[in-house]
Amino acid sequence: MVRLNINGKTHDVDVEPNTPLLWAIREQVGLTGTKYGCGIAQCGACTVHIDGTPIRSCSVPASAVAGRKITTIEGLAAGGTLTKVQKAWVEHDVPQCGYCQSGMIMAAAALLKAKPKPTDADIDAAMTNICRCGTFQEVRKAIHAAAKA
Amino acid sequence: MNLNPKISRRTFIAGSAAIGGGLALGLQLPFGPGVVRAADGSPEIGAWVVIRPDDTVVIRVVRSEMGQGTITGLAQMVAEELECNWSKVVVEYPTPGESVKRKRVWGDFSTGGSRGIRTSHEYVRKGGAAARMMLVQAAANQWNVPASECMAANSVITHKASGKKTTYGKVAEAAAKLETPKDVPLKNPKQWKIIGKPLKRLDTVAKVTGKQVYGFDLTMPGMLNAAIKESPVFGAKVKSFDAARVASLKGVKKVVQVGDTAVAVVADTWWQAKTALDQLPVTWEDSPNAKISQANINDMLKAGLDADQAYVGNQAGDAKKALAGAAKKVEAVYAYPYQNHVCMEPMNATARYTPDKCEVWVPTQDGEASFAAVLAASGLPADKCEVYKIALGGGFGRRGAFQDYVTQAVNIAKQMPGTPIKLLWSREEDMVQGRYHPIMQCKLTGGFDGSGNLTGLHMRLSGQSILAAVRPAIVEQQKGRDPLTFQGVADSGEHSFGYTMPNLLIDHAMRNSHVPPGFWRGVNINQNAVFFECFMDELAEAAGQDPVEFRRKFMGPHPRNLAVMNAVAERIGWTKPAPKGQFRGIAQMKAFNSFVAAACEISVKDGNKVKIHRIVAATDPGYAVNPAQIERQVSGSFVYGLSALFMQECTVKDGAIEQKNFDTYQSMRIAQMPKVETIIIEGGGDTWGGIGEPTICVAAPAVLNAIYKATGKRHRSLPLKNHGIELV
Repeated sequence: MVRLNINGKTHDVDVEPNTPLLWAIREQVGLTGTKYGCGIAQCGACTVHIDGTPIRSCSVPASAVAGRKITTIEGLAAGGTLTKVQKAWVEHDVPQCGYCQSGMIMAAAALLKAKPKPTDADIDAAMTNICRCGTFQEVRKAIHAAAKA
Repeated sequence: MNLNPKISRRTFIAGSAAIGGGLALGLQLPFGPGVVRAADGSPEIGAWVVIRPDDTVVIRVVRSEMGQGTITGLAQMVAEELECNWSKVVVEYPTPGESVKRKRVWGDFSTGGSRGIRTSHEYVRKGGAAARMMLVQAAANQWNVPASECMAANSVITHKASGKKTTYGKVAEAAAKLETPKDVPLKNPKQWKIIGKPLKRLDTVAKVTGKQVYGFDLTMPGMLNAAIKESPVFGAKVKSFDAARVASLKGVKKVVQVGDTAVAVVADTWWQAKTALDQLPVTWEDSPNAKISQANINDMLKAGLDADQAYVGNQAGDAKKALAGAAKKVEAVYAYPYQNHVCMEPMNATARYTPDKCEVWVPTQDGEASFAAVLAASGLPADKCEVYKIALGGGFGRRGAFQDYVTQAVNIAKQMPGTPIKLLWSREEDMVQGRYHPIMQCKLTGGFDGSGNLTGLHMRLSGQSILAAVRPAIVEQQKGRDPLTFQGVADSGEHSFGYTMPNLLIDHAMRNSHVPPGFWRGVNINQNAVFFECFMDELAEAAGQDPVEFRRKFMGPHPRNLAVMNAVAERIGWTKPAPKGQFRGIAQMKAFNSFVAAACEISVKDGNKVKIHRIVAATDPGYAVNPAQIERQVSGSFVYGLSALFMQECTVKDGAIEQKNFDTYQSMRIAQMPKVETIIIEGGGDTWGGIGEPTICVAAPAVLNAIYKATGKRHRSLPLKNHGIELV
């Protein structure tokens, strides 16, 4: 049993300690906005925040983050109001298939928290998520827009 | 708006009188007398439109949304003729089972070949127009006035003379009882108000909140999860597996063989299933395929470059004779590798089987192909099968003609009747069980006379045929030829060649390996554009001419090819010097009935670090239904096309694919993304072109041509990582 604090709620999940956080979030807690894309921390589709820092949840054992503050995509608009990053994503019509976008948005939200006015170089360094549809041009615009909002 | 799946209920409750008769719009089918109702009881106004009492307009779309924006574009076309309030539009997927019952009233489900809009625009617009006519007629009947005196706009019907007004929601019940009009005139494109507008997509909010349900995310009561491993050597059969070794692991419910070639573990959670599968000892039977490695395949293709026998795709004059008598010859050999689609969401399907019903939930590019796979795998008749389409995390051609994951899910579910089984592929499974971009080599020979005029050209393709593997009947019909191999260089049709040359021969020596080929976004235009558009630059250099000027000489009879090429040349400033340290390249092609061109500016550092500063892309699809979504498809095409150019190759070792994840099969990141400027040209005409695929093919040759200008080195095989070149 691992005790996880996800989006402000405590969940006692019945997993082997080495089960990746991603699968504990998806299969035990039932929050499926966080996606599986590679399982080896390459693609970033599984990005969540641990104490505000973006991490790839496919490669972190659930037991390693017990008691830490975990935020998933579902935790961003928890009050029902979209965050400024999500609003910018809607305004710029960013997603295509959308599968990678939870991870993309979590990475962008963390970037904007660390650097409220990111440069293109900051975006290049922080946004290493893979998107096969190729939404990068809109992702960049939306991050700059969110920084101005 | 959220196209989330419908669980355990039919999409429609159809009035019994209408079942079988079909209330068809835009299709010549007999009309039934009854009112057909959606699941919530709201009436259908023809097959394409349901109007709810609150004026919500439900538009039916059977093409699959996989990021390309087709549901929004198709809804725009219905809404244009329906004259409805766009803010009240939602979209719904009819199911393939309902389609079968209603004699394919919605037409083709297949979402590939950039066909979504271009092959259904007319009947969906008619669907909207017919519904509007019925709604107006219903209002006119109520007011006892001629319909011709009434007009509809924004979901409101007005009788001008009396000033009476009503809404679609109020007359929907009455309209649904009317006969569908047979003569349905459509607007002149000049009158369009919704088509052609850069409207926002209908499905965005769910995708930024994590609420969009993809196949991977499905849950239902009592569901178990399955992880699968098919023989990595294509075609090798399962010899044995030791289920006892994993049976006692936590969560494991069952270990099953799936068909001849795969084993699966079924468990409470997928992670448990996958963990157990990784520990499951499996042995495979010997297969002759295990003796094949990449060098064998490459050698086979190489021999085809000079083989006597080849299928002709395009011919004018006598190329061989012209080449034999040429004063100067240029020859080059190019090669294009196997590549995987790598949809961000790996393949998956969820199946529930009982002897009375087999249901499948699946992200699919073709609901009807999924349905056919369910029928075949379940052994049940069509009226006992159903498929529910779920949002796709990418498609790119992997999820249309190929339904192997559906077959597997049904096979597993049949071994556990009554239990819903969600089968998820790992990324590793996805990488080694692909339906790969066909491998191809190409020898091009051009001949000049003493004055530098091109007198003959031979393009010899040697490599794999998709259709021979996937649609053998077509190849048989063509006496062994695969016409699709010639996409972009064909003598006619939607992928016709954009040049007219004296003494031309384009032919194909078909060389098929054991690696299963598939339709990969753009299909055969990708390699053909690299081969031909790079060789055009080689010829231009041999002739001492500018690449654009050289191309123009052969483009007289191809004004729309010329127009897109001229557009990108002008925008990038082709006739003026490039910015300091930067070099330009260009390419053009016609594909899927659209005309596309790209020009780029790049620089190269340290001889191998390529930075793409700017890309200008022009596309002429005839009609631009949603320019904003076209721009996104075009810029996204460069991510797909340039990842393929720089990074991506699947190679075969001992019969199996070597690359198993994104670490060895990379994809572009945002830092490598060039700025893409899109030019949309609406050439009009009777034929509509596609958007999702054509642009991909010009990405690689435009950049390759620029790299040559920058470095003096002509790279003729992909990916560029094999030449030590990286995209920065």
